[in-house]
Amino acid sequence: MNQKYLIPLTTVFLLFLVAYTGVEGAGLQWFFGIVFPYLAVFAFLAGFVIKVMGWASSAVPFRIPTTCGQQKSLPWIKQNCIDNPDTSTGVFIRMVLEIFLFRSLFRNTKAAFNRNVSNKLAYSWEIFLWLGALAFHYSFLVVLLRHFRFFTSPVPSCLKWLEYFDGIVQLGLPGLFVSGVVLLAATLFLLARRIFDTKVTYISQAADYFPLFLIIGIAATGIAMRYFTKVDIMGIKTLTMGLATFSPVIPEGVGGLFYAHVFMVSVLFAYFPASKLMHMGGIFLSPTRNMANNTRAKRHVNPWNYDVKTHTYAEYEDHFRDKMIEAGLPVDKKE
Amino acid sequence: MSDQIKPDELINKIDYSPGSGNWMDTTPSVQIQPGMYCYAAKAESVETLGLPNARPWNPLDEDWHLPENWQEIIFNGIKERLERFRTFKIFMDVCVRCGACADKCHFFLGTGDPKNMPVLRAELLRSVYRNDFTTAGKILAKIPGGSRLAGARPMTLDVLKEWWYYFFQCTECRRCSVFCPYGIDTAEITIMAREIFNLIGLNIDWIATPVSNCFKTGNHLGIQPHAFKDMLDFFVEDLEEITGVNCAPQYQKKGADILFITPSGDVFADPGTYTCQGYLILFKYLKEKYGLDVTWSTYASEGGNFGFFTSHETMKRLNAKMYAEAKRLGVKWILGGECGHMWRVIHQYMDTMNGPADFLEVPMNPITGTIFENARSTKMVHITEFTADLIKHGKLELDKGRNGNRIMTFHDSCNTSRGMGLLDEPRYVIQNVCDNFFEMPPNTIREQTFCCGSGSGLNAGENMELRMAGALPRANAVKYVHEKFGVNTLGTICAIDRAALSTLCEYWVPEVEVYGIHELVGNALILPGEKNRTQDLRMEPLPGCEEDE
Repeated sequence: MNQKYLIPLTTVFLLFLVAYTGVEGAGLQWFFGIVFPYLAVFAFLAGFVIKVMGWASSAVPFRIPTTCGQQKSLPWIKQNCIDNPDTSTGVFIRMVLEIFLFRSLFRNTKAAFNRNVSNKLAYSWEIFLWLGALAFHYSFLVVLLRHFRFFTSPVPSCLKWLEYFDGIVQLGLPGLFVSGVVLLAATLFLLARRIFDTKVTYISQAADYFPLFLIIGIAATGIAMRYFTKVDIMGIKTLTMGLATFSPVIPEGVGGLFYAHVFMVSVLFAYFPASKLMHMGGIFLSPTRNMANNTRAKRHVNPWNYDVKTHTYAEYEDHFRDKMIEAGLPVDKKE
Repeated sequence: MSDQIKPDELINKIDYSPGSGNWMDTTPSVQIQPGMYCYAAKAESVETLGLPNARPWNPLDEDWHLPENWQEIIFNGIKERLERFRTFKIFMDVCVRCGACADKCHFFLGTGDPKNMPVLRAELLRSVYRNDFTTAGKILAKIPGGSRLAGARPMTLDVLKEWWYYFFQCTECRRCSVFCPYGIDTAEITIMAREIFNLIGLNIDWIATPVSNCFKTGNHLGIQPHAFKDMLDFFVEDLEEITGVNCAPQYQKKGADILFITPSGDVFADPGTYTCQGYLILFKYLKEKYGLDVTWSTYASEGGNFGFFTSHETMKRLNAKMYAEAKRLGVKWILGGECGHMWRVIHQYMDTMNGPADFLEVPMNPITGTIFENARSTKMVHITEFTADLIKHGKLELDKGRNGNRIMTFHDSCNTSRGMGLLDEPRYVIQNVCDNFFEMPPNTIREQTFCCGSGSGLNAGENMELRMAGALPRANAVKYVHEKFGVNTLGTICAIDRAALSTLCEYWVPEVEVYGIHELVGNALILPGEKNRTQDLRMEPLPGCEEDE
């Protein structure tokens, strides 16, 4: 079997067990419920800032957007203002569409080679990765926002509205949240792609499987707590409010499953800045997307531009003067 | 190409499902295959520009004669570039390996080699980056098997050879970048890799020698000034025979209105030469009708810039001639011919590198009064922008019938489409000089266009299998419109395309010929005082004149 996903899978199991047994067996609630979450959030914030500052400290010597449509040129030629923007408004719209709707991924196609008399290469629209990615990111966002009810008192009305819409199918008791189900399904889809699409399997690293398994673990424990096992919700809120107000307490009667859930979330936070998950910050800074295509109209300055040795016209003429005169080409110095 | 692989054999080799296992395991077994690589740079060409480690070497040899501390040079080279280029740093960090780019690369589609998937091409470099520059990589390296878990590996000679092989199997076409959700541009990564190769003398000759020529003689082909004039004189003779008009150009004319610069390939190699004749006809027409004064220069006689495929510094050194010559001659602005990477350099780099061009005027077409706002700072205009403007204002007398036997399609060049967005200008010109125009399928044109397979300095002779494999997606689309609409002419606005697509068509779709857009303009344009034309610029009978022959 493939160690690229077996090791991450085992790691996530171990993480679960460490927290579960650590709480149930060794009584380390204070570590898994207070110390580690604080450390993880700190690592996340510090790591995120350091990483983004690191990118920002690198220069942008040239304005090199990838242009995906007609440029602005003659007034009667219709420009594609979004895919080939020449103004910051256009760039803003391009970035919004990229960040919120994954516009580039929406273009995705699948190539197939039909081996027959005509040997045709055919390209079909491939929307599933886009759908899966969109479903994953938005359900994750909703789940994350819903959890703010544990860190606020009273719970703001916008969160209540979000919960209302998320539970609009009104199924079961406690009511089913669509986001949780979609999150788990989308993550499983993304995982299945990595395992069964041979091209994606080939390019995948352990670092691609680990966050997927971790998120699956987080979603599964979350769903288990809400729908299947009894957890002391008041106790949990006491703990989370303690964390949010910097006066942490460990309540009685909260089981190991909860601490395992919190531990895996904490690991995800701590892991985030050192991983590919930083695409969340990187997309804002990507120079092929966030720059206007107006380099000929407006000069871009390279902060480290330096002088270079060139071959001047004078050197050129010195080299070829006789031949140039003979051919009747004009010269600056006749000797 | 009789000794080359046959089209059927090439197609049979393609398999899009990669093997199982870890791609890093296959690194030591990567063999540099004949037909898939370009010869090493000649020592003398490397010396011309004073670049490091000039020596004779052969990629097939075990020993590449690298400097003692080559690993240190590469480490420092990567470090410096991470600081200088935000693109490089971000592209090393943010890839999630979603695989959207995998089947977008023409080399992957033509070879099925998984290391030609853009993501994996980048991972070749990223794996070393993770080992040497990331905290996670450094921590994991301390536990057994940890490097492998991090997808990291140290810089070894095997890795270097694999880099060299695959970064010279990328044409910097940016098609993958269109589909990447983070805009990761493999061209940018290839550019960095090639810069790093040049720090230890690992360029290919098809790039190094043109660069050396361009530096010394003003153009890639090393055409000396008198020979350059001789070649244009031949065209002038041919044109006089065809049109009855003397279209002789001017050289190095001080105080001319416009300096014209085009790739030297147009002066040297068919079918680019016919495009060049098209320029001569157009300039003659504008001189006669409107008194427009255009000059050529033998010093700045190269539009293309193979320095771009060497390093940013080399690109700047070669490009400097354009502004220097425009300044010396005192022209108002610069007009550029049909070329792909030349225009990426002019559009996205020139002003930044060698500007500001404050000695030139904001480009205005004196005939139509149009101010080229989009070139306000760089002061260089693309010839299809210029010609489209003339046609729109009814300033050109055109006889479309003379291209009546041309059933056209248009190949968007990578650099002008994805590094500029010049899409509708050439189409407008084509549709005004030719009646029959059919587009190739939408996934193969405009920003999704496929590379000719020979860009970024890879149009050598020795790597023909690679070129023809990379050409497959483009050829396939050409074949489609050839069979469906009877297309017999592939129009293009790139000098490398004119050479490369001709070979491509000969190999994959022999019934289709390659034309530059200004060759068609040259055919259609009615010169003042011309004789009754019976031949096109290729000296073949015009439509309706076949019996006269």
